[in-house]
Amino acid sequence: MRAYFGRRYSLSASHRLHTEALSADQNREAYGKCNNPHGHGHNYTIEVLVGGPIDPATGFVTDLARLDSVIQARVLDRFDHANLNLDPIFANRVPTTENLCRTVFEILEGPVAPAELVQVRVEETENNFFEYSGR
Amino acid sequence: MLFLTRRATFSASHYYWNDAWSAEKNGQVFGRCANRNGHGHNYTIEVTVAGEADPVTGFVVDLKWLKDVMEREVLAAWDHRHLNLEAPEFASATLNPTTENLAIAAWKRLEPSVAAAGGARLSRVRIYETPEIFAEYRGEP
Repeated sequence: MRAYFGRRYSLSASHRLHTEALSADQNREAYGKCNNPHGHGHNYTIEVLVGGPIDPATGFVTDLARLDSVIQARVLDRFDHANLNLDPIFANRVPTTENLCRTVFEILEGPVAPAELVQVRVEETENNFFEYSGR
Repeated sequence: MLFLTRRATFSASHYYWNDAWSAEKNGQVFGRCANRNGHGHNYTIEVTVAGEADPVTGFVVDLKWLKDVMEREVLAAWDHRHLNLEAPEFASATLNPTTENLAIAAWKRLEPSVAAAGGARLSRVRIYETPEIFAEYRGEP
């Protein structure tokens, strides 16, 4: 039977919401305080949901230790305590939480195999979160 | 379609073991969870039902009724129990009480009561083993 396994991770990072496609005034208009040139930071929660059949020998959908090691190597080592704007993947992509969510999904989709990545949810604060399911 | 979720907590102990494997392999695969003396968690179960709001009451289902169903079908069997030794679905030792299997077992316990009540259908059972680890079952084959 198909079931789902979810795991939540924390990462702290800084970012600045700014795009070269807009003027300085337009950036301030669009992004408000988030356009502060010096940036600001968040404690993000990354929730990874994988799906698939349950292995009858173990009772697991996925190997948790392997999932942890993939997220550690591909996401946490890369983005935790970093400035998101300086990562090459955000060179032409504003590091909004929408884009961070989509980026994390795209980074993880291949490496979590054979588990199927179903959804990535990123909570930027206690009061806002974003979800992406690959479409 | 409206989705209604009720949350409850229970505490239980368990361990992971596959009788077909050597003790060494069990240790390799399950790590500390293979300790046969067991360990425990404070679990949270979230039960989601889907349906339309009743035109008279405005309810998808009566929350008190859903609470009673969860207590009768799940918590009475699992709360403050050793899942490997006392929960019927795991006592045969052929099925590990992983969070995934708990989600499916809880679904099987709850679904007949929800279906018999008419109206709403069971949509999802999610079980948190810790605040950072959860599994869910949506009734898919």
